[in-house]
Amino acid sequence: MDRFLWTSGLLEINETLVIQQRGIKFDAGTLLLSTHRLIWRDQKNHECCMAFPLSQIVFIEEQAAGIGKSAKIVVHLHPAPPNKEPGPFQSSKNSYIKLSFKEHGQIEFYRRLSEEMTQRRWENMPVSQSLQTNRGPQPGRIRAVGIVGIERKLEEKRKETDKNISEAFEDLSKLMIKAKEMVELSKSIANKIKDKQGDITEDETIRFKSYLLSMGIANPVTRETCGSGTHYHVQLARQLAAILQTPLEERGGIMSLTEVYCLVNRARGMELLSPEDLVNACKMLEALKLPLRLRVFDSGVMVIELQSHKEEEMVASALETVSEKGSLTSEEFAKLVGMSVLLAKERLLLAEKMGHLCRDDSVEGLRFYPNLFMTQS
Amino acid sequence: MHRRRVGAGAIAKKKLAEAKYKERGTVLAEAQLAQMSKQLDMFKSNLEEFASKHKQEIWKNPEFRVQFQDMCATIGVDPLASGKGFWSEMLGVGDFYYELGVQIIEVCLALKHQNGGLITLEELHQQVLRGRGKFAQDVSQDDLIRAIKKLKALGTGFGIIPVGGIYLIQSVPAELNMDHTVVLQLAEKNGYVTVSDIKASLKWETERARQVLEHLLKEGLAWLDLQAPWEAHYWLPALFTHLYSQEITAEEAREALP
Repeated sequence: MDRFLWTSGLLEINETLVIQQRGIKFDAGTLLLSTHRLIWRDQKNHECCMAFPLSQIVFIEEQAAGIGKSAKIVVHLHPAPPNKEPGPFQSSKNSYIKLSFKEHGQIEFYRRLSEEMTQRRWENMPVSQSLQTNRGPQPGRIRAVGIVGIERKLEEKRKETDKNISEAFEDLSKLMIKAKEMVELSKSIANKIKDKQGDITEDETIRFKSYLLSMGIANPVTRETCGSGTHYHVQLARQLAAILQTPLEERGGIMSLTEVYCLVNRARGMELLSPEDLVNACKMLEALKLPLRLRVFDSGVMVIELQSHKEEEMVASALETVSEKGSLTSEEFAKLVGMSVLLAKERLLLAEKMGHLCRDDSVEGLRFYPNLFMTQS
Repeated sequence: MHRRRVGAGAIAKKKLAEAKYKERGTVLAEAQLAQMSKQLDMFKSNLEEFASKHKQEIWKNPEFRVQFQDMCATIGVDPLASGKGFWSEMLGVGDFYYELGVQIIEVCLALKHQNGGLITLEELHQQVLRGRGKFAQDVSQDDLIRAIKKLKALGTGFGIIPVGGIYLIQSVPAELNMDHTVVLQLAEKNGYVTVSDIKASLKWETERARQVLEHLLKEGLAWLDLQAPWEAHYWLPALFTHLYSQEITAEEAREALP
């Protein structure tokens, strides 16, 4: 801790801020990385601010988070230079500091810090005298024994981690080779299916599709990652019909697919659905004669509707609402009726398409009026 | 000279030959399907073994995640396609990214009224981290990008726009063409752009510049500042937090930390 020196917290000329992260421990502060220094500022007392030059850093390493422990970055430092300005501690027996990331951000910060360490921009852009302390390790410099011991231990630990990772990568590569074989095989089968054009049984096609689904291979014929048609999606469609009935009724019979995605996955907690799973299951709703259906608006927005919901009828009531108020924007309409702005806009657009409303498009926004050209001619 | 085959007999023979050929074809496909099924079972157990040895490590190491995804992409496999896929079931890849998807949607929705549905990747990252809380696993910006790419399937306008050195994430179905993107890039430096800026840097006529700016205004992505000196400034709220991190004095640092 004796490497720190008090600073006013102002960046010197030529220094630029690289990244900042809150929640660093020396009791709750913010850590800022500049091209020249590592700065720590207390969150409560903004006057309390300290820093040290990046050139003081020998080596950095990550410590992953554990139960009850936040992720950390350990920064190993050179001994303090004799002409260093005053800081929070006069002397310290440790030659490293630990930065504890209580509010995450450790991955990005580590990446940026490593980048700065490699680029060493502080060497190209000298700042004011007060910061020019260490100029980095010079050849032939006598290092304190403690540091050498630490470095050796760290090196060993890093080799160990590297070994684990490289073993993982090796195993992963072997796995990928096998996966690639599966991909080739599936292509060949798909070609056969295409050639035969209907001589293959429906059952076999379904089987094939479920194999593709398990592996995550895109269907070579349709290019979809296993479009609808597997038992999984059929099952899922039925589940969705059950889960979504009440929420749909509560929301006026219509919900955007994004809302559905969030609702369903929040409810599940684990074994979540992928966006594609959801879309593929929804595509089957109508075919399975379930009480919901998937609808795609012209704009590309996808929604789930109750079968009993007639958007066209809602348009009539939308026309009434707009006429009452003279004119409405999507936001105003959404607020009046109590629906999301996205769906409100779609309803107004549909009303326009059907000829009931016309638009006034200006920089102030998109406003809808009853279509008097139709009603009063 | 080849004697032409004619007559009912020849036709019948031809039909028989075709039928036999088709039968052969069916048999071949059936055999291949059976082979695939067997290989699939074997692959599944290989994956299980892999997971039991390395699953923990994988999810602590974000570089590994990147490598993993890249390797899958190279061979034509999408581990995030379905929650029912082997990758998801055994390595737990799916839950991580799908949950992240939900969190991204929620953050974008919460900030939409402010920035019109356009946000920097950096700000999204900070907000998502905050939402996840202290005990959740850390996520990298690469993780966010992959989750967003998957969200595109939901059809509601998620997009990733590279602008200068940063990424903007679009979460509403606003139409942004090349002209709009280029102007966004221009705005990145100062957080705003003027008609003169556009004419000077991009050499467009006034009308073209004005149309682009009006579109951004209409979509709620830009704010009009008529009180700026000389001429109207078009500010992009999406870039505000990005601006804060560029220049910092003791004063602004205090303000910028929300």
